[in-house]
Amino acid sequence: MNFLVKLFTGIFSVTFFQSAITQGITLLYGASGEILTERSGNLNMGIPGIMYMGGIGSLAGAFLYEQGTGRPNGWIGVLCAILGCLILSFLGTLIYCVLTITLKANQNVSGLALTTFGVGLGNFMGGSFSKITGTAGQITVYTTGQAFRTKIPFLSDHLGIFGQLFFNYGFLTYLAILIAAAATIFLFRTRHGLALRAVGENPAAADAASINVTRYKYWATLVGGMIAGFGGMYFVMEYLGGTWQNNGFGDRGWLSVALVIFAIWNPSRAIWGSILFGALYILFAYVPLGQAFQELFKMAPYLVTIIVLVATSLRRRKETQPPASLGLSYFREDR
Amino acid sequence: MAEYAIELRGISKYFGKVAANEDISLTLKKGEILALLGENGSGKTTLMNMLSGIYFPDKGQIFIDGREVVIRSPKDAYALGIGMIHQHFKLIEVFTAAENIILGMDGRSMIDMKAVTKDVQALIDRYGFHLDLNRKVYDMSVSEKQTVEIVKMLYRGAGILILDEPTAVLTPQETDHLFSVLRKMKADGKSIIIITHKLHEVLDISDRVSILRKGRYIGTVDTKDATGQSLTEMMVGEKMSLDIERPEPENRKLCLEVRNLTCLDEYGITALDRVSFTAYSGEILGIAGIAGSGQKQLLEAIAGLQAGTGSILFTDPETGRKEELMGRDPLSIKRMGVSLAFVPEDRLGMGLDGNMGMPGNMMIRTYRNGKAPLLEQKGPRDLSLRIKADLGVVTPDINYPIRRLSGGNIQKILVGREIASAPKLLMTAYAVRGLDINTSYAIYHLLNEQKKKGVAVIYVGEDLDVLMELCDRILVLCDGKVSGIVDGRTAAKDQIGRLMTTVGEAAS
Repeated sequence: MNFLVKLFTGIFSVTFFQSAITQGITLLYGASGEILTERSGNLNMGIPGIMYMGGIGSLAGAFLYEQGTGRPNGWIGVLCAILGCLILSFLGTLIYCVLTITLKANQNVSGLALTTFGVGLGNFMGGSFSKITGTAGQITVYTTGQAFRTKIPFLSDHLGIFGQLFFNYGFLTYLAILIAAAATIFLFRTRHGLALRAVGENPAAADAASINVTRYKYWATLVGGMIAGFGGMYFVMEYLGGTWQNNGFGDRGWLSVALVIFAIWNPSRAIWGSILFGALYILFAYVPLGQAFQELFKMAPYLVTIIVLVATSLRRRKETQPPASLGLSYFREDR
Repeated sequence: MAEYAIELRGISKYFGKVAANEDISLTLKKGEILALLGENGSGKTTLMNMLSGIYFPDKGQIFIDGREVVIRSPKDAYALGIGMIHQHFKLIEVFTAAENIILGMDGRSMIDMKAVTKDVQALIDRYGFHLDLNRKVYDMSVSEKQTVEIVKMLYRGAGILILDEPTAVLTPQETDHLFSVLRKMKADGKSIIIITHKLHEVLDISDRVSILRKGRYIGTVDTKDATGQSLTEMMVGEKMSLDIERPEPENRKLCLEVRNLTCLDEYGITALDRVSFTAYSGEILGIAGIAGSGQKQLLEAIAGLQAGTGSILFTDPETGRKEELMGRDPLSIKRMGVSLAFVPEDRLGMGLDGNMGMPGNMMIRTYRNGKAPLLEQKGPRDLSLRIKADLGVVTPDINYPIRRLSGGNIQKILVGREIASAPKLLMTAYAVRGLDINTSYAIYHLLNEQKKKGVAVIYVGEDLDVLMELCDRILVLCDGKVSGIVDGRTAAKDQIGRLMTTVGEAAS
């Protein structure tokens, strides 16, 4: 009894819900980006690396700005962070695009190499900044970090528990949900979304319907990579408050890829899915069973993904299957 | 107003040194249905692909509505109002019919599916198609998928429709319905080209018939002046002498007895309909027929790769032992001691592995041999060296990946391996397709060697001249039925041609 009481008071608390959302937003950016990418038939396993690059890119942008000026303005720092994040995640994804779309290299190998590269680059640059500032350990962009953490004025503290639950976050949280919703409308309601899904399903048929397959693959993968990069920025700026921790990002990138499967390639499902994943990700800390059991609970999100995968495979509905040409390069001569 | 919707002048297309189309000139009048007739490999589809923007002609001019045009991509073809319905449909399975129809079209960014559906439905009603626009393609029959393709072209404003063997996948009732729709489209002023092998369909639907043979234009006749006989003669042409050796069969003994074999193809349509014949050791039995008449299913049923009903009785010509092959898989056929060899049509897909060298490919057939836990390497290596020397396979090294070799060398490896298993029954499908003259004669020679050894050889071919000079008897398939079995030494070419294109009529 005592155990259950402890568990439930832990889970049904405002802080648990808030932490679940905080954890989930990173995953939502990653999953939205990867869904767009995979809908074009590109399986980008480099997403975890790209999220690292987005994170360190934003830190670099804000850091260079704050170092260069005497009295930094937080919102200019935010712009610099966004710019840095976009540039690095764009360049990282561009490597993947050239390899897999233009040169038709194996997508899995290229993606995994990019992840290794991105993680290394993030940690390396994070370390370099420490050297530049001369401080032994942490570097921080405090002003910019605080701007990222700015909550919605009034709503966050005047609506009681409702405000605490829903308006107690920085702007990136709302942007993530907005992007996921927009991506859903784009994919399922617009002409270009229809064409993009056609490219991921059957590029030869799309080609015959006079759709430029290469252009769609590039656009979807590049935009997807940049959205995923925002996930890294969110983690570094809002979650950590503008600092770098080597390998602090952990396995969140892979969790994003798992969330894509959980959401069955639909960004709107990733919205609530990300909050669920966030909750499962921190669940271990609320289970009063000691450290040994905590390790077991850390695998909860992955377990749920496997269950979804098994369930959708058993149902065999075509709509719940991955895009049919996911992971395959398109050779026009083959038609 | 120009008289012709399409006019082709001196069109040539070469693939490497092979001329797929040579100096072809033909016309399509406005508002007519033109049938394009020709044997396999006569260049019909190649010619049409140049109109739909998939290939680009090496020589010649194309005029649409009297104006010279250049068609570089499917997009150009659409812009000129040319819509081609390919044999293999280009549809997205998880999309609805309506989504497939508007795919790739310009228009407002947000799709108003209701308005689109209403628009397309009006078109469907006008021509009397049967189609549910909200149905997903994966739920559709082949004929419905074809309808989606046709509606897609019409909705894109195509005034010229090209249909590549549209009836090959349809049941007779569906064919009738398609033809009534085509007639309505013709009445509506559309110009239509239909590629088909079936003579009765040509006579039924077309206004004029243009005939191609071996990549060349033979002529055009008005359908009302044509008969099955006259069209067949134009299609197959005069008999050509090839000087292929044909030893007299010796010691002819019963080897294979097929009774009432019936099979379905992958779409669930009857591919073989109560086929019965016998094959004897020491003779070559040719199988002629338009592509897709059931040849593939026939050979695969005997090899144990295709389910069906009826009886396939194998008799060992030496011991007289009889074994029923129907319902068995290749492994159990092999374990029964029945030695079959099969040279499939799809060499690198079904017969060999392109990424392995010769020894690896030899092992595909023998890896089960021997008791040792490790693979026996010496036998396959020796066999590879022997095949390389005996058949003159040109390869830098026997371990060189065979996909990098020429088609002829790949085929020699495959035939060499199959013959090395000392079969009692050897089946080959299009054994000389894509090979040069010398390699083709080398393959004929190998088959004759097997025949002299007392092997029963089944040779599925497409060149009638070769079939008539190589084979002792020729079985002709039409639409999955045996339309006749003729003597290779005495049969006339137009007789075989007629059997190939006429369903259910006795040989005359």
